[in-house]
Amino acid sequence: MKIIVCIKQVPDAKDVRLDPKTNTLAREGVAAIMNPFDRHALEEAVRLKEQLGGTVTALSMGPPQAKDVLLEAISCGADEGVLVSDRAFAGADTWATSYTLAKAVQTLGAFDLILCGKQAIDGDTAQVGPGMATQLKLPYITCVQKTREAAEDYLRVERMMDDGYDVVQLPLPALLTVVKDINEPRVPSLKGKMRAKKAEIRVLSAADIGAEPQCIGLAGSPTKVARVFSPEPRGNRRMFSGTAAEQVAQLVEEIRGYL
Amino acid sequence: MDYFLTEEQRMIKETARELAVEKIVPKRAELDEKNEFAGELLRDIAKADLFAVLVPEEYGGMGSGAFDIVLALEELARGCVGVATSFAACGLGILPILISGSEELKQKYLPSVAEGKYWAAFGLTEANAGSDAAGIHTTAVEDGDYWVLNGTKQWITNGGEAHIYSVIALTNPEKGIRGASMFVVEDGDPGFSYGKKEDKMGIRASATRELVMRDCRIPKDRLIGRKGTGFITVMKTLDVSRPGIASLAVGLAQAALDEAASYAKQRVQFGKPIIGFQAVQHILADMAIQTEAARGLVYGAARHIDAHPEDASKVSSMCKVFATDTAMKVTTDAVQVMGGYGYMKEYPVEKMMRDAKILQIYEGTNQIQRNVIGQELNREYA
Repeated sequence: MKIIVCIKQVPDAKDVRLDPKTNTLAREGVAAIMNPFDRHALEEAVRLKEQLGGTVTALSMGPPQAKDVLLEAISCGADEGVLVSDRAFAGADTWATSYTLAKAVQTLGAFDLILCGKQAIDGDTAQVGPGMATQLKLPYITCVQKTREAAEDYLRVERMMDDGYDVVQLPLPALLTVVKDINEPRVPSLKGKMRAKKAEIRVLSAADIGAEPQCIGLAGSPTKVARVFSPEPRGNRRMFSGTAAEQVAQLVEEIRGYL
Repeated sequence: MDYFLTEEQRMIKETARELAVEKIVPKRAELDEKNEFAGELLRDIAKADLFAVLVPEEYGGMGSGAFDIVLALEELARGCVGVATSFAACGLGILPILISGSEELKQKYLPSVAEGKYWAAFGLTEANAGSDAAGIHTTAVEDGDYWVLNGTKQWITNGGEAHIYSVIALTNPEKGIRGASMFVVEDGDPGFSYGKKEDKMGIRASATRELVMRDCRIPKDRLIGRKGTGFITVMKTLDVSRPGIASLAVGLAQAALDEAASYAKQRVQFGKPIIGFQAVQHILADMAIQTEAARGLVYGAARHIDAHPEDASKVSSMCKVFATDTAMKVTTDAVQVMGGYGYMKEYPVEKMMRDAKILQIYEGTNQIQRNVIGQELNREYA
């Protein structure tokens, strides 16, 4: 089975802040990590490969430093990494990103399955997976919480719902987006790290994937962000300090004052 | 401190560290409370290829000796000494095969251990044979193409969980310990079963159990090395394994220091974080000094032992004593720095203090280690 896993490099959620002047994400000095949902997509891909044989290709769109998450993917079991990177992609919204990644997938050739995380923790849109599937005219299931059955030409999976789950069977090739419940990702292995050390990440430009200039980057993005801002803090607030037990005691005392 | 590790050694340390942070730390309190063997975590360790570090390349591993193993064990123990002990015991269990075993035995077992498919254990201790290994009663008698083993081993780490056991038994009881030989006993061998499971003070994520051999028949080729060389194999095994125990102690001491120092930074008393008080600072400073000194000695000893020196016993005993005594002191001090909170199970240092105690006892008590060092000095200065 030939599997492609889409991976995004995102700022570590523990360290997210807005630049007060430009109101954009401050990336300076913020650690970049693999989008947590994508780690689960990668783990599922590697497990399917272990079960059925085949290859796992990690695919990312981003600046040159996004190579790091692809190398990390290799250390966790991916066979190769492909980075789609070009200045012309800058400012892409979810539509332009879906288009770009779909073009990259077509450039890579035949495949059986594309796995994505449910959403990225920076944009939180959950649109790129379904967007890619639409561009590639693939069947897709979002929020997959379990792979029940995997065969060469079909998958049977559980789709997480608010009040339970659906069991869905779909033919391959197809695209899935996964939630964290699907598995517990492994840590990078020693042999994987050694493979990653030697690995070359293939870089594809806009020209390499044959992207139409009007469909990529800011120009290709129908979504325009009018304004990004940190909401003004409202009302008075007070931070308690000390241990959890001490803070609770202070809070209870505080509430008592209003009773 | 920079110990000038190679890139490969840094990768081993980093892999073990990531396992500890992501897999071991979230589960350690529950395993400790339930006295539950960390089988799932051993499988995680296998997936990360760390079992390969226990085995040399020619048998499917990636290991190049005691120092690599020390690096992995230190970081795993920083997460949980119980889990790290289970892994260390796999390394201990295969050492007799590596040191004295035939090529056939090595080919038969080591590749599966390198993959983490087989877990191992080491069976020396008996009810009347602890510090005095000469007191063993287990026997092995030749019977055609088989050896027949009888006896009971006690307090065996990974007992009931491992697939292969390196066991010492008397093949010529008249010669005492000089008439002992080592064998590989496999899980499922006829006449081989497991007895009492121990309920321990610490390292509760590790399994400690009796091995019971009642007319246990094993094929002849399971003899490790030549007949009568069992005791020498055990001594050589322990020379190589002791730095591993010492590194568990270093990892544990580091973990206790980490907990105590971060607590002292956020705990406010008398209007300021307690790390600002000299009385607390001095405790933390001593903990840091002792931990780093232990690390330096253990790393140095492991590298020294990898060069197969004459004085391996002395050096390996020295690092075992110093590091494990340090871990006991540093974990006790961590509880002291954290005061009442340190004593509560809600915080991890009380477990660390309980885990530390066994390090001064198993794989040769620290008093026995001092005997070894003393006897060696007596010879050196003859």
